[in-house]
Amino acid sequence: MSTLALPPTIGQAGAGPATIDPAEVVARTSSRPSPSQAVAQTFSMAWRATKMMRRNPEQFFDVTIQPLLFTAMFAYVFGGAISGSVSDYLPLMIPGILAQTALITSMATGVQLRDDMEKGVFDRFKALPISRLAPLAGPMMADLIRYGVAATLTLASGIAMGYRPGGGVLGVLGGWLLTIVSGWSLAWVFTWIGTLARSAQAVQGMSMLIMFPLTFLSNAFVPAESLPGWLEAFVKVNPVSHVVTACRDLINDGAVTAQVGWALVGCVALVVIFAPLAVRSYARKM
Amino acid sequence: MTNAVDVTGLVKAFGDVRAVNGIDLEVRQGEIFGVLGPNGAGKTTTLRMLATLLPIDEGEARIFGVDVRREPHRVRQILGVTGQYASVDENLTAAENLRLFARLQGISRRQARTIAMELLDQFGLADAADRLVSKFSGGMRRRLDLAASMITRPPLIFLDEPTTGLDPRTRGQMWDTIRSLVVQGSTILLTTQYLDEADQLADRIAVIDHGRKVAEGTPEELKAQVGSSTLQVTLAHSDDRDLAMAVVRGVLAGEPTLSPESGRIAVPMTTADDAADVLIALRKAGVGIQAVNVDRPTLDEVFLAITGHGAEERADTAAGTGWPGGTNGDNGTNDTSGVLEVAR
Repeated sequence: MSTLALPPTIGQAGAGPATIDPAEVVARTSSRPSPSQAVAQTFSMAWRATKMMRRNPEQFFDVTIQPLLFTAMFAYVFGGAISGSVSDYLPLMIPGILAQTALITSMATGVQLRDDMEKGVFDRFKALPISRLAPLAGPMMADLIRYGVAATLTLASGIAMGYRPGGGVLGVLGGWLLTIVSGWSLAWVFTWIGTLARSAQAVQGMSMLIMFPLTFLSNAFVPAESLPGWLEAFVKVNPVSHVVTACRDLINDGAVTAQVGWALVGCVALVVIFAPLAVRSYARKM
Repeated sequence: MTNAVDVTGLVKAFGDVRAVNGIDLEVRQGEIFGVLGPNGAGKTTTLRMLATLLPIDEGEARIFGVDVRREPHRVRQILGVTGQYASVDENLTAAENLRLFARLQGISRRQARTIAMELLDQFGLADAADRLVSKFSGGMRRRLDLAASMITRPPLIFLDEPTTGLDPRTRGQMWDTIRSLVVQGSTILLTTQYLDEADQLADRIAVIDHGRKVAEGTPEELKAQVGSSTLQVTLAHSDDRDLAMAVVRGVLAGEPTLSPESGRIAVPMTTADDAADVLIALRKAGVGIQAVNVDRPTLDEVFLAITGHGAEERADTAAGTGWPGGTNGDNGTNDTSGVLEVAR
């Protein structure tokens, strides 16, 4: 019988035998999805997310308008006060804006996922024999596009305002990649919050509480040395500061410093801690 | 042969409310089994627990012998679930929905395309294949939802109130579709608030109330407790009532009841044909009639007959069933108010 050659759980509407044999179906079931199945399912969920993006272009507002607005606003408002001139401020600020953009975008990932989880279709995802990781990891994979767009626009608007990165093409590319990687890693934190919170608004609220101190109590917009001692101590351990410094080293100097290593270690740590938490919390909620 | 569904002592509590309070169910292979009950009786909660969508608090549940608590992933491969709120993606087209669900279940890209087209055709949605689901009518959504549950041709299909909110014509189409699934060899467990739906579709029915099973049997057995319909005769002269009662007793086995206004007699009938016999006998006896109507027994009358109390709404537990949107009050209540009206 031709059906035996097919992978388990496959169905053929019309093509298979006329009647269904329950005993055979039960015999073919597996007790958990294999890693390769989980990867394939994640790709399918990512496909769904990109379809949704294409149909709701307003999802791109935050990654298009915000970077442009923040870059211009911060440069002209703080430039003179902090660095004496806008052009002197840009090398300090652009990597800071990149980190801020990554944080804001990753927050949106969590809020959107929570919003999506309210929909009836998530009931079907939960009832399907698929890895509990896929519905979370799929949209996050598609969101790599959003991080890419946000980072590109931030850099482009900086360059348009007269920023000339000293790190050259490779340095800029490195900073761009680091921004995307950190945004994606951070998104697991907000996704985890998303699985815990009661509503998308709650995720938004909680995420704001996390985001503001992390961005502004960092070296993103001002030199850490200019701060009072106790604040400087916090700023130095703030992971956002490490990402910002790493981005500066890459983009301005083209140097792969220890800071770049620390930033990457931080990203790995975020994923290792928060991805399992998010998946477990999602699976528990069933 | 293993039962399709074997459930003993199923319990689910939401806070202090035991939404499901020790339900036993046994669904045999190849049958349509109906779970009948009013809103908030625990039907949806039961189904969601069996579909691995809600954790089971207490009790044993097996689907084709597979333990639902211990092996949820295995159970998900045997089941097709169609929820009360169409669980399809609004942002995708009908074809994209089916392809996504097929791909998620390990079907190749090419085969997913073929299956999607075949199912859309089979469920009368071929013309709407490339339309966004957000533009679909309620009936089309339900059909797409059902089609999505059929992708892997599961041996067991759960249908949660498959026709709530549909117009009568669409509802008839849905019934035909459901019947055709059984022909293919699927077993079906469906919930409904409508006695006539359970009557039309189900081989056996369990009546659920306040999280407990209060009756079980074939539609005939259940209806026998209330008669298949009731003939209401309003007499032209209330003086004739003793004569009329005697005439009715002479024609039918069922005991007629005199309604409070005294001028009205309610006659339980096993078939609507009995109405003609009663009316002819009344005419022969010279009893004048002011008005006549025939009512089908409502769920409430069945409830009244079985439990001795009406099937009142319980909004408190309806909100706790855990469907998305279940707390919006959009629980199909407006569609059912007519059905759940207190018996006249």
